[in-house]
Amino acid sequence: MTTHQTPQQQPDTFVFDSASEAEIVTVLAKYPTERKASAVMPLLYIAQRQLGRESGSAWVPLVAMDEIARRLEMAAIRVYEVASFYTMFNTKPVGRYHLQVCTTTPCWLRGSDDVVAACKRATGIGAFGETSADGQFTLTQVECLGACSNAPILQVDDDFYEDMDGPRTVALIDALRRGERPPAGPTINRSGSAPEGGRKTLVDAEPSIAENK
Amino acid sequence: MVRVIVDGTPVDVPPGFSALQACEAAGKEIPRFCYHERLSVAGNCRMCLVQVVRAPKPVASCGFPVSEGMEILTDTEVVRRARRAVMEFLLINHPLDCPICDQGGECDLQDQAYGYGSGVSRYQEAKRAVTDKDIGPLVKTVMTRCIQCTRCVRFTTEVAGTPELGMVSRGENAEITTYVEKALTSELSGNLIDICPVGALTAKPSAFHARSWEYKKTDSIDVMDAVGTNIQIQARGGEVMRIVPRVNDEVNEEWLSDKGRFSVDGLKRRRLDRPWVRVHGKLMQASWQEAFVSLARRLDGVSGYQIGAIAGDMCDAESLCALKDLMTALGSPNLDCRQDNAWYDLSAREGYLFNSGILGIEDADALLLVGTHPRHEAPVLNARIRKRYLNAGRGGFPIAMIGHPQTDPTYEAELLGDGPDVLEKLLDGSHPFAETLKNAKRPMIILGHGALTRPDAAAVYDACKKLADQTGVVAEGWNGLNVLHTAASRVGALDLGFLPGTRGRTASGMLRGGVDVLWLLGADDFPVDKIGAETFVIYQGHHGDAAAARADIILPGAAYTEKPGTYVNTEGRVQRSFRAVFPPGEAREDWRILRAFSEVVGKTLPYDTLEAVRERMAEVNPVFRRIGAISRPEARIEGQSVPSTSVVSVSAPQEDSMEANPFRPVVQDYYLTNAISRASATMAECSRVYGPTRAVAAE
Repeated sequence: MTTHQTPQQQPDTFVFDSASEAEIVTVLAKYPTERKASAVMPLLYIAQRQLGRESGSAWVPLVAMDEIARRLEMAAIRVYEVASFYTMFNTKPVGRYHLQVCTTTPCWLRGSDDVVAACKRATGIGAFGETSADGQFTLTQVECLGACSNAPILQVDDDFYEDMDGPRTVALIDALRRGERPPAGPTINRSGSAPEGGRKTLVDAEPSIAENK
Repeated sequence: MVRVIVDGTPVDVPPGFSALQACEAAGKEIPRFCYHERLSVAGNCRMCLVQVVRAPKPVASCGFPVSEGMEILTDTEVVRRARRAVMEFLLINHPLDCPICDQGGECDLQDQAYGYGSGVSRYQEAKRAVTDKDIGPLVKTVMTRCIQCTRCVRFTTEVAGTPELGMVSRGENAEITTYVEKALTSELSGNLIDICPVGALTAKPSAFHARSWEYKKTDSIDVMDAVGTNIQIQARGGEVMRIVPRVNDEVNEEWLSDKGRFSVDGLKRRRLDRPWVRVHGKLMQASWQEAFVSLARRLDGVSGYQIGAIAGDMCDAESLCALKDLMTALGSPNLDCRQDNAWYDLSAREGYLFNSGILGIEDADALLLVGTHPRHEAPVLNARIRKRYLNAGRGGFPIAMIGHPQTDPTYEAELLGDGPDVLEKLLDGSHPFAETLKNAKRPMIILGHGALTRPDAAAVYDACKKLADQTGVVAEGWNGLNVLHTAASRVGALDLGFLPGTRGRTASGMLRGGVDVLWLLGADDFPVDKIGAETFVIYQGHHGDAAAARADIILPGAAYTEKPGTYVNTEGRVQRSFRAVFPPGEAREDWRILRAFSEVVGKTLPYDTLEAVRERMAEVNPVFRRIGAISRPEARIEGQSVPSTSVVSVSAPQEDSMEANPFRPVVQDYYLTNAISRASATMAECSRVYGPTRAVAAE
């Protein structure tokens, strides 16, 4: 198994736009000037989001990492280390929609295999890490997203779509393809991680709760 | 002090010591991979596990601070099993290709697996493989062997000051890389090979040449710069295979510059291995006898004033002493060791030494660099400046430089200006850095040959001296006015008084027909084409470089690896080297050549043995009696026939006032500075990769 590879296709230039600059000012204000290297993760994320806005592919190219290193007065390799360590920084171009399926045990037990299969079917992607032919979707396998009570989870960019199954995954991907963004959260009849179909316990205590409100 | 009990033995260690250091103080060996005493503590290999009484589990001793009354157990069943388990984990992805690995025989992993491992592997699964990285012409990588100790990352970041290596990705995918594939730009990159505990980073030029146990090892001194780095020459079958540093905390710690380490192949190329005599304009091979006789015939009837000698940058003090004595016997006052026309304050030994000593850098609290770029002139010394810079913390060690550096100095340095005019501003106090120097307890000025080889060197030196007096650079118990030399032989030659005598000519004065007969002892780094057309040139040296081509008689000498020698480093430390191999062909030790020739011209030098030459050197200057230490007597240069002030008056015309033009770098191309490195294919390749144009572009 061989591992790290710097992608071949790299843009030549990167400039933070005005929206990013405004964010950077807020981020840098949180750290003492001589410790500004602490801002490396927020800045990587700002750069990634900017690229998403600009090109539809939210990733961090080398030039952006170099620019961040220059701004934070740290060695470029230190930025590469951080960017390559965290899986949420994409060091390779991704599709407009980044489908991240959790396949850790709780999600797997609740049917994440179906979600994966549905993703592949709906997008034509063959394996994890690949991007669909139309460049719209990238499918990634991720570890526990910390929302096990709503397993299985499909994370699209920053949004959790919870309690997924095969058909609902296909429907979601079709909606995304139409340019819609269905509301994030449970896709079944429940609120957050409350029981499906409404409350199951303390039903007789309802009035008092209402009074408290 | 804190009292710690190691395996029942109480030891007192300073607070802040780690458990590992306490165990070492108690004489216990603790296996380790990531821990290195000159680097920061990483604690990621887990090999140094020990048991601390009342601790719930074994602790990594490298990062565990000692506390009063702590009881450490280093040899219990728990510890043994823990080490065995750690070793098993380390070996999971290690290819165990020791039979084809260059590190075999000197590998920490091999030794410790043997000493602390379980002896058998239970691992059946597939191992991971990692692609090799190209990090330049000096360091070869076999990344699959890497155990992720990150010593190399910490070395490049902390010691070398070129943060280019890093560990990217995570977990199973973690690997050491430059990320964007590129060559390391450090002049100390060879030390990565020593520091790597496994065979991941090995020497590219000597790959697959020999096994570590086959080498004959000889202690020696590096002559590529004037630091006097302690080295060990490793030879096999009469051939120097590689050079590694020895530990000397006062000089080089355990580092060696790349030029000192990798110029070895230059010792085999372009060598002068037999005498040559020019007959009818063409150099012809000759025997020693023929060469000596024809030289003696040429010298016959020539007045001593018409004979001159210039010494090069890599000569041992023995040959300098013999040549000086021969010249004196021939009646010649024309001697010079300053082929670069440098000017020194010769009134006292302090005038040309790195007075604070290299160790003194660690005490300094402000530094002014004048016309010097230590990163190129003395990389190991530069690492010491960086060490001080890091230890002092932010703003604790202000550094300023006059003269634009060609590359990043590896520490934050304020550029005060390009030329000596800034010195005037510092002197009249109008520049704020004068205040910084004044407020410092142990301020330091390092004066380089970028300043000392200028026509106005005396004025620049005077300005620095004045500044030193004003700001307390020279005070009771502290002399921070330092000269950084670039030539290994220079201080030794100055100590021996290898300088023009009464009405003697300087190096530049001997050119353009200044003398009829010119004896060059390994001198190549001066404008050879400026030697007068009628001048008869004797070249005594080991490489067929610039001067040998011009010579009328070539006397083949020995390179620094091929003779026992004495060298005095820039701080005035007298150090001795031993012979590792014999010189090639007819070549001989240089002082013996001079002694043999002196007999042919009937001016027999009064010594036949190395001991006798060294006794003579000590007679000339007693500093040569104190081997290994820095002598700090206020000794005048003894054995010099003239008061040293007159030396100054006869040297190149010195201007009284400083010129405005900027300081120019003395080292144009770090990798090609002397006859040996210019003959080295490795150094040529380095120059191609890192050469001056690239360095400027990278800035």
